[in-house]
This record gives sequence, C-alpha cells and structure tokens, in this order.
Amino acid sequence: MNIDISKKVEKMAPSGIRAFFDLVLGMKDVISLGVGEPDFVTPWHIREAAIYSLEQGYTSYTSNKGMPELRKQIGHFLKNRYGMSYDWDEEVLITVGVSEGLDLVMRAILNPGDKVLVPEPAYVSYVPTVELAGGRLVILKTDIRNGFKLTPEQIQRVVSKGVKALMINYPCNPTGASYTKEELLKIAAVVKKHNLLVISDEVYDELTYDFDHTPLSSLKGMKDHVVYFNGFSKAYAMTGFRLGYACGPRKVIAAMTKIHQYTMLCASITAQMAAMEALRHGSNSVQMMKREYKRRRQFIVDALNDIGLDCHLPEGAFYVFPSIKKTGQKSMDFAKDLLKKKKVALVPGIAFGPSCEGHVRISYASSYDSLKEAVIRIRSYLS
Amino acid sequence: MDEILEILSNDARISVEEIAKMTGISKETVRKAIKKYEKDGTIVKYKTVINTDLLEGTKPPVRALIEVSVSPQKNVGFDHIAERMYSFPEVTSCYLVSGAYDLLLVVQGEDLQTVSNFIASKLSPMEHVRSTSTHFLLKKYKEDGQVLKKSVNKRRLNISY
Repeated sequence: MNIDISKKVEKMAPSGIRAFFDLVLGMKDVISLGVGEPDFVTPWHIREAAIYSLEQGYTSYTSNKGMPELRKQIGHFLKNRYGMSYDWDEEVLITVGVSEGLDLVMRAILNPGDKVLVPEPAYVSYVPTVELAGGRLVILKTDIRNGFKLTPEQIQRVVSKGVKALMINYPCNPTGASYTKEELLKIAAVVKKHNLLVISDEVYDELTYDFDHTPLSSLKGMKDHVVYFNGFSKAYAMTGFRLGYACGPRKVIAAMTKIHQYTMLCASITAQMAAMEALRHGSNSVQMMKREYKRRRQFIVDALNDIGLDCHLPEGAFYVFPSIKKTGQKSMDFAKDLLKKKKVALVPGIAFGPSCEGHVRISYASSYDSLKEAVIRIRSYLS
Repeated sequence: MDEILEILSNDARISVEEIAKMTGISKETVRKAIKKYEKDGTIVKYKTVINTDLLEGTKPPVRALIEVSVSPQKNVGFDHIAERMYSFPEVTSCYLVSGAYDLLLVVQGEDLQTVSNFIASKLSPMEHVRSTSTHFLLKKYKEDGQVLKKSVNKRRLNISY
C-alpha cells in the first residue's frame, strides 16, 4: 500500500546527518566528541531516590501539570536562585524534557504564518517544531566574530508585523555562547518595545563559567514576555529521566497544558520523584561537575587553537564550535573523513543550520584522557 | 580545596603543563604552588592505588580491623600508646575514635597466621591494653573513594544532539 506521509513531515530533517549518525553508532572503538549529554551518571543520591520511590509503589500517573510538590519546589528554587516569582500551580508545567516543552509552546502560541525569530546556529529541534506548528521562520545568523551572540540590532532589523516570538538559547547548544546581564538588558529592551514573546531555553544555565547566569524573565518587566524553559538533564546529569519544566504567563502555560494533557498526559512519576531529590540535595554534585567541565573547556579551547582550528572560548554548556574553514572541507566531509581515518566522532556544523557550514561541534563532556587522545588524532589528521 | 590539589588528588601523575592548561593558571605558578605544598607537608606523598585482588601469582595480603580498648595514661592520654602501636609496619592505619573502644587499627600481613600472631604477641599483651576485637576483611568493595569493581561500560550513545 502506498501511504502518503504528511507534506510537512516529508520535508523535515536533513537525512544526510541521520546517515552520518548511523555510521558513527555502528562503528567500534570510536573516540566520541559528538555526545550531547554529560559523561557523568546521575549522582547516586538521585538514583537511589528514584529506586526508593519504585519500592514504595510510586508507579501511577501524576497530575497533568506534574506533582504539586515538585512544582512547589521548582517555584522555591527559582525564587532562591534567581529571584523569579512563579505561581507553582498556574505558571509552572512539568514536561518530558525541554524538548516537549518547546513543541508545546510553539503549538500553543502560533497561528499559521506567525513568524518566529530563531538565531542560528540553532539546536536541532527549533526549526522543525516551528514548522510543524505552522509558524514561519526568520533566521538570525550569528557567527564566530561576535562569539555567536545575537545582537539587539539584529532583532530590531527584522521585527515587523507578524513576528510573534523570539527563540533564544543560552548557554547555547552547539556554540556554548551565553549572555551577560548587560547584554540581556539590551535584548530585553527591544523585546518590550516590540511586544515579543521570548521562548527562552536555559537548560544549560548551571554550566555558565565566567559570570552568573541571568534568566531573561528575571529582568524587570520581562516576566510577562518570557516562557522560561529548564530541565534536569544537564545540571544533574539526568538526560535519560526526560524531565523538564516550563514557567511563563498563565495563559500560555494553560494552553500548553491543554496539549500536554492529551498528547503526553504527564511526565514519568519516577523521574519526578528523582527530580525532587535533585532539587533538595543536588547542588554539590552540580558544582563538582561544573568545575570539571570548566577545566576541560580550558584544555580543549587551547588545544584546538594550538593545532590550527579557530575556536572561541564559549561562556557555557559543554560544547565548542571551532572553524574548520582552513581545511577547505565541508563540515560533513570533514566529519566523515575524520571518523574514517582517525576514528574520532564529532557533529558537523551543518546539522545546526546552513550558515554553520565550516564549523563542527565538539563536546567536551568526555573524560580528560579521551579529550587528550582525540586532540592528538585530530592533529595528526590535519597534518 | 585548592584546585591544583583537587586535580592532583585524583591523578598524581598529571604534569604541571596539563594542570596549567586545565586551570588557565601559568605553568610557573602551578610549579611554585606544588613545591610549596610538598615543602610544607600538605602534599605528603604520591601513591599508587593497587587492587591487590587482581594480582596474579601472589596471594593478596590479609587485613584486619582491630578495635582496641586502652587505659589512657596521665599527661600523654592515648598518644603514647598509639605511637607504640603505629610504629609497627604491620599497622597500616591507626585512628583514635569515639564510642565503645578507643583505637581503631588496620593491620596487614601475608596471611591469617601472620596477622593473628602479630595481634596475639605484640598488640594484646601491650601494657595498658584492656581488650582487642579483631575483624578480618573478607572483601573489598570501595577504598578511599575508589570503587574497586571494574566500572561497566557507560551506556551513552556515541553521538547525539
């Protein structure tokens, strides 16, 4: 039988990347710098809490929005950490990772043709979720010369009627770029002036190395303009638990909840129980992991520049996004060739948008020894 | 703890250059700091952690925890008797503890017999010792923060967004 696939879905996703991923996954003895998750396992006290919850028989559905206790804790946590005030019942929604939350918010706010500003390089889900929700994309390119940062002028230049939302992600996957409070204040001014809604993915907030992370919604007058996204994957090394949350204006959260209750019902109760333990007692583990990432960042940036790949010092996350322009190769060819000849895996820049050609994403969420060995192999590949 | 010490405590063989690269501190400063720690005794020594259970061809040594009750002595308290005990090379660790007994020793020897003899002939008869209670170690799971079981391969995919 010939089944027609939805046109929207058919045009999604660059298949070349998938094929490359399959190539890497099928290969043995690869040193991988291509991983988008921590190399730490979830701290034991958090795993132990999850196991205990199972022993106690916590195996049911929870409220659609997530367990009240967890939402209350998130409310307290954000208040203490950043001075943000969210009503736990009406302004907080627990999602299955930030990824689900982003899909929900796009579907909740977009009418056909509404425009969303998306900075590039962009995390891989942003463009498809806007398109699936019927929105139109306006890509804002950033590059290595300004440290991959979006400027208020750039936003100013493209805002017009029909621009509904601005997507922002900091610290950024794949570039590691982040913004200081001063830089965010300038962006906030443009947002307020043009009455935009900001979809702010701040899942790497705890991994900010050179200054304190500032959530956009914590800035004066910004709470009504921002849907704030965060989760447990990166800070607490809990990627497999799939747990995130969205905080924002109650109208938006209510609309997101409507979709969430039919499509997801609720996040896993085991993950929610683990998350409560993470918020209660996880801060030491977060700091330990952060110190370790910071050391690796310093090492990898110096090492890459040393072997001739231009690499800026990112402010956060666990990625660097060096230029491979000197090699004259396309990012996909470079990645494939390096994999074949030296068994080092990384993600070609092209995965993060057409303007990212000439770059590769290197994750330093790998042991120091693997990073050292990988650098030796890349050096020998280049010469 | 100072970051240089934190790094060294996990890998004593790491070079000054590498510590400098990781921390962004200059090589000269790192070298000076390590010298200072070595000189003032903060860094006592550099050791290797060996899992003796895996040694081939040799029997792993036998170890025992020994709880010792002693009568403290005038002026010197427990220090004097502790010193008499820890001066034996067989005693690999010695702690003064609170609770039902006073000193906790770790004693190591080639085999059960050697350790038992040492306790019976040297420790128990020592003056001021009221009693000892010996626990032979049967299996080592974790030592000094190090889990001794070979860690299972991480289940992380080799590539992901």
